[in-house]
Formats: sequence, structure tokens, C-alpha cells
Amino acid sequence: MKNQLASFAALACVVLALVPLVYILFMVVKTGAPAISWEFLTNRTVGTGGPGEGIGNAILGTLLLVFYATLIGLPIGLMTGIYVSEYGNNKIGYTVRFFNDLLANFPSIVIGLLAYALVVNLLHFGFSLFAGSVALAIIMIPIVANTTEEALRMVPNSLREGALALGVPRWRTVLKVILVNGKSGVVTGALLSVARITGETAPLLLTAFYSSYWSASLTQPVASLPLTIFRNYNSPSKELLQQAWGAALVLILIVLSINIGVRLFLRNRTGKRKVVKSWKQRLSLRT
Amino acid sequence: MEAKIVTEDLNAYFGDVHAVRGVNLSIPKNKITAIIGPSGCGKSTLIRCTNRMHEVVRGARVTGKVLLDGKNIYDADTDPVMIRTKVGMVFQKPNPFPTMSIYDNAVAGLRLNGEKDWKILDDTVERSLKLAALWDEVKGNLAASGVSLSGGQQQRLCIARALAVRPEVLLLDEPCSALDPIATAKIEDLLFDLKDQFTIVIVTHNMQQAARVADFTAFMYMGELIEFGDTKVIFENPAKELTEKYITGRFG
Amino acid sequence: MRAPRSRLTFSGRTSTADRLFEYGVLAIALSTLILVWGLVLEMTIDAQPAIYRFGPGFLVGAQWNPNTEMFGALPFIFGTLLTSGIAILIGVPLSIGIAVYLSELAPPWVREPLSFVVELLAAVPSVIYGLWGMYALRPFIAHSVEPFFISFLGWTPLFQGNATGLDKFTAGVILAIMIIPTVASVSKETMRAVPDSQREAALSLGATRYETTRIAVLSYARSGIFGACILGLGRALGETMAVTMTIGNANRISWSMLDPGQTMSSLIANNWGEAQGIQLSALIEIGLVLFIVALVVNLFARLMVGRFMKAVPMTGGGL
Repeated sequence: MKNQLASFAALACVVLALVPLVYILFMVVKTGAPAISWEFLTNRTVGTGGPGEGIGNAILGTLLLVFYATLIGLPIGLMTGIYVSEYGNNKIGYTVRFFNDLLANFPSIVIGLLAYALVVNLLHFGFSLFAGSVALAIIMIPIVANTTEEALRMVPNSLREGALALGVPRWRTVLKVILVNGKSGVVTGALLSVARITGETAPLLLTAFYSSYWSASLTQPVASLPLTIFRNYNSPSKELLQQAWGAALVLILIVLSINIGVRLFLRNRTGKRKVVKSWKQRLSLRT
Repeated sequence: MEAKIVTEDLNAYFGDVHAVRGVNLSIPKNKITAIIGPSGCGKSTLIRCTNRMHEVVRGARVTGKVLLDGKNIYDADTDPVMIRTKVGMVFQKPNPFPTMSIYDNAVAGLRLNGEKDWKILDDTVERSLKLAALWDEVKGNLAASGVSLSGGQQQRLCIARALAVRPEVLLLDEPCSALDPIATAKIEDLLFDLKDQFTIVIVTHNMQQAARVADFTAFMYMGELIEFGDTKVIFENPAKELTEKYITGRFG
Repeated sequence: MRAPRSRLTFSGRTSTADRLFEYGVLAIALSTLILVWGLVLEMTIDAQPAIYRFGPGFLVGAQWNPNTEMFGALPFIFGTLLTSGIAILIGVPLSIGIAVYLSELAPPWVREPLSFVVELLAAVPSVIYGLWGMYALRPFIAHSVEPFFISFLGWTPLFQGNATGLDKFTAGVILAIMIIPTVASVSKETMRAVPDSQREAALSLGATRYETTRIAVLSYARSGIFGACILGLGRALGETMAVTMTIGNANRISWSMLDPGQTMSSLIANNWGEAQGIQLSALIEIGLVLFIVALVVNLFARLMVGRFMKAVPMTGGGL
């Protein structure tokens, strides 16, 4: 009897946890969809709640922020992960990994403060696209480093030995054999980190601020989807509130499609792997 | 008999573990030399010293000399990467690169080092797969994945891959222990054909294999080289008692 | 479980290209970490004016007044702790229930997709949680939950005040939802790591599923699960947007969960734009306090989880 009750309780927990997820998705779609139109997606936010406003510049801003953040964060994260996995079997490697793991758990607003200290204070860039990108890059680096390290560690040692024994220098082995074999794990990690930073708000509050204009300048503040939501969520103006919901819909679509897409992509990989092992596959390239 | 590889007072360590003790061994050129001995006697470690793979493991080190054609491979000015192109290695478990096709696997050594000329690559693929007695079986579908082959075929692919970089010596570390008898026989036949062009060293725990295949045999025990000589002599009339005990199966 | 690390490293004579590559990669990895931690130092320096002016009393100062330039962190430390406490109280039992279901009870074909869906909870951006919290959760709590609290528990200092829904309780509930993916996933992994022999031993003694789980799995994985909770706590401490949007922004201490409040992170989020001079400094000092608290909590958590099993990679919320 207790057995039944306990099992039921456990299942109830699962259902209870899923309710918010479903509710959120449902509400965002229901409330945000009416706002979506071609004009909405291409006009800029003015902030007065008048007609003809849109979130075009916020979409552009988010894309730019993510782009620059990835430009900075992805290579650094990759190299950190490569170092720890391939060369890091020593004190320095452990130290790097340890501090990197700590960085992964910094509150995002603290990261905003750090980026502020660097870009706005030290470098005198002011609230800007660049500052925001740096903040997002700092969030991205430990995630990419960790997933890269895991992916590379999964590559069997026999491949490393095989390549070295052929007279391939270590660095080429790492780049052309190990990285290639760990590719799917690395790509997954990179994509998931992109999804994560797309939705980040707090660091941007302190660094990129906001702009109602179309701007691609690195030294100027820039609009973004998360901040559009934050600015307008409280607004008495119905139009501005609608803007927030519309932005929320676009944002959640981007984030969820990356997450679900990565999962499907990953499933394909694992599926393929099993197939290769149990039947003789003809196709070689795992891309 | 001309010696291809000569070790002089070779000692190898894994941290504090003394795996190879003062070995002086002469590997004759263009012959097949087998190294036999019980598990843990240091035979794999020994050959890994001759292509500078031993030092890749953390905490490993080597003292003594290993002369390849008279020149010490552990000289300060010698590039270990170069040595590994001259002394190739095939491992116990076949390890073709899973993301590469048969073609790509065969020329991996060249490709990874930057070779891009298709003519050279094509020629090399054919040459090395023929040398490894695999050409006829796979020539129809070189784009197939390297791991789609059977175990024996994969091992021959690894041999082809090692031969593609034109080594002078081929080291094989228990190459048949993961294979069935038929695949094993194919590889043993292959080695016979190869010895004209290469110096071959094969580590094996299978004495019958050594007796079948090798011109010369070295017996190792607990890191030391106990006896070395003509295979016939080792198996029929060994000089050392320890060797005789091993051969007759009284231990190991 | 972590894959075993490659034993291969280079010692001794290596080619120059190899050395260049290795040191180049190391240089980049190190310089990033040095930069980040250097910024922590810079942040401390930026907080200096406030640290100097208010001293250790800052931590117990209950005033936040830009006009008189008197700043103290206590209301916000309090707010942070209270909301995180609510999050743990509500979120942990739910998470453990989920973890038990996913690890022990779910049929194999349901385990993967369901785990994925739970992890999707972590993918939703915090600001969207806040938006939903404001317009869906808050009305629900204000109309259905809080009146219930007031009528039954209104005599305690914890439940006094009006049921507006813009208060620490709502913020705590949202935090609870947000930490579920973290706590559930890590707990699930620690449970999965419990060897089957343990379960078999209990079952062969005649234990029911429920007893087996309790005896063989939950108590064995105790320290790992505890670590998972601390991880969730760390997450809750640092969460900003959803809290800012539902907590009501009142810079004072109040024991009642139904009263609005402020956390350290929501204070910074709300005041950053206009803050200058000593106020800015004080805000940064708050950030420093938050940083230290979160750091200590996370270090402790990693120790606990790491001790139980090889550490799980942190990806900031889910697995």
C-alpha cells in the first residue's frame, strides 16, 4: 500500500514539475502570438507605446551579442577544454579545471559586474555591445570548456596512440584526430551554451544596457530580447506589454529550438553509433 | 647478420617500476624477430622504447641507448616524431580511425602530416593495401568506414596504415591476440612476405606463433633478456634453463 | 560518470611545434582565468569606498537610503536567504520525488524523453520565468494560496500582510521551480550511480520497491543528494531576473513571506541604472558579498557531490 502511494507521489512530483513548463509555453504562445507580425519583427522599439513599434532592433541586438560573445568565448573555451583534456594531467591542468568549474557557477549578475569592471571601468567603453558580449563570453567559456573536455576524454586512447605511432606530431593528433572524433560532443556543448547566453538578462543590464535604435556599433548600448521583456513587463501601456510578450515568444522559440535541435542531432549520433557497431554501415563520414 | 636495431643497456621505468632491465638486444635486419615471455615481462615496453612511444606515458622514462642503423634514437637532437615514421607500430587491438574511410585510414599517416597530392595518395593506398594483403578484398569499396571491416581485416588495415609511411621497421604488439585463427594465419603469411622489405619485430605470448613465424626469438622474463637466438635453437635446444622451463610450459 | 583521463602526456624531448602548441593553448586557458579572477579583484577595488565607509557594519546595516547615503546589506542578505530557503523547502522534495521516479520507477522507454523534458525547465530563460511569474503565478498565489495561508497561519509572523502576490513567497516558488532541473538531475545521477547490488540485496530481503528505494538507494546516495541540494541552493542564491520581477522591491526586512522584499541580486538589477558614487560602490559591495556567499556554497556542494561520485560537469542548470 505504501508502495503504491510512494510511487504515485513520485509520479505526482514529475507531473507537478511539468505543469509550469507547459503553462509557460502555452501562455507565451497564446499571449505573444497576437503581437507577431512582419512589422513587429522589423520595426524598432521606440518605447512610447505608440503604433508601429516592433522588436526588430532587439532581435538584431541579441543576434549581435551572441555573435560577438561566441567569437570571443568559443575559441577560448575550446582551447581550455583541449588543454585540460589532452595536456592537463598535471597540477596546472587541475588548477585550470578547478577555477574553470568555479567560474561556471558564478551568479550571472556577478559576471555582469566583472564585465562592467573590465569594459566599462577599465577600458572606458561605457555601456556597449562590446561590454555585453564580453559578459556573455565569460558565461560561455566554462560551459564550452567543460563539454569540450568531456567530449575529448571520451575519445579512446587507442586512437591517440595509433596516430602518434604513425609519426604524427602531438598537435596534429589533437587537432585532426581527437577533435574530429569528439566533434559531436563539442558541437553540442557549443550550441547549448549559445542557447544559454541568448536568454541571459542580468549581465546585460549592467553592460549593454538598452537602445531604442538600430545599432550595430560595438561602442554603443544595444537592445536585446531579454531586456525588452524586462523593461516592459511592468508597463501600464498595453502595447509595450504586448511587446514584452512578443519578445518572449521569439526568445523562447530560439532557445527551445536550439535545445531540442541539439537533442535530436545528438540522438542521431548515438543512433548511428549503435548502428555502426551492430551492423556494418557503409557510409563512413561522421561529418 | 646485419643489425637494424641495437639496444645498449636499455632500462625503462614507469615512475618507480623498473619494467625493462639492462637489455642488450640486436634485432637483425630484414628478418622476423619474435619476443616472447610471460605477461608483465616487459616485452611490450621494450618495443615501445624502440619507437619512442614509451615516453608518451606520464612518468615514464628511459636510460641507455637504442641504435637505429647505428644512430641513437634518444639523442638530444633527434625528433621522436621522425623516429616513429621510421619505426612503425601495430597494436594489439585493431584501432582504425572510426571517422575515416578505408582509403583515409590507409593514408592517414601522410594526410595528417599534410600530404595533399591525390596521385601520391592514390598510389600509396594501393601499394600499402597490397602489401597488407587487403587490396583485393576492399578495392571495390574504399569509401566504406574503416570500422566496418572484420577484426582481421581491420588489423590488416592498421598494418597497411603503418606501412604507408614507409617505415624501415615494423613493430607488432601481440597483433593477433584479438583475432580468430584464420585471420591470424592470414597475418602470419603476410609477415613472411613483408620481411624482404622491412625488419619485423613481433611481440607474442603465443609460442607456437613465434615458432611458426620468426627467424629469431628473444625470451624475456621480469624485465630481463634471458636468451636470444635462432628460433630453432631457442625452441629445440635452449641454452638457459629458464627458457626451457617457459618453452615447456612449466610457468607463464 | 567521467571518462578516464588520457594518460598520455609529453615528457622529455619533443618537437618545437608541439611545444608551441601546448604552451600556446595553456597560455590562453590561463590568461582567461587570470583575467576573470583579476576582475574579481577589480570589483573589490571598486567596492572600496563603501567598504571603507561602512566597514563590517555593512553586513548588519538595515538601512538602504540613497538620500542619506546610508547603506547596509542586511535586508538583502535576509531576502536572499529567505527566498532561497523557500525555494529549497519546496523544490527539494519535488526534485527528489522526480529523481526517484526517473531513476527507479520509470519504464526505460520513458526515462530518456522525460529526463529531457525536465531538463528543458532549465532552458527557459529567467526573464521569461519572471514574466510568467508576474502574470500567471502571482494572481494564482494571490487569489488561491495566500488567502489560505492568511486564514490558517496568519497568526504567525511569517504570514502576515496582504495577499498581493508580489512578495518573497512568490519569488521563492519561482526559484523552487528553477532549481528543480539542477537538483533533480544531479540527484538522479547519484541514484543511478548506486550499484544494483544494493537494490538486489534489499529486494532479496523481502523489501518492497518503496523500502528498497528508501533503504538501498536514498540512504546510500545521501551525500550525493545533499550535494545536489546545495547545488540548487547555489543556483537559487544567484538567480536574479525571475526574483526581481516577482519580489516586490522593498528594501526592508520583514519576516512575513507575504511581504515584498529584495534580494542582493534583485537590488543590483533594480538600481544599477541610476546608481552613482557611494551608492554604486555599495551596490558593488553587495555584489561582492553575493559572490562570496555563492562561491562558498558552490565549493561545498562540489565537495559533497564529488565525494560521492566522479564529479558531474556543471553546465549551469541541467545536464
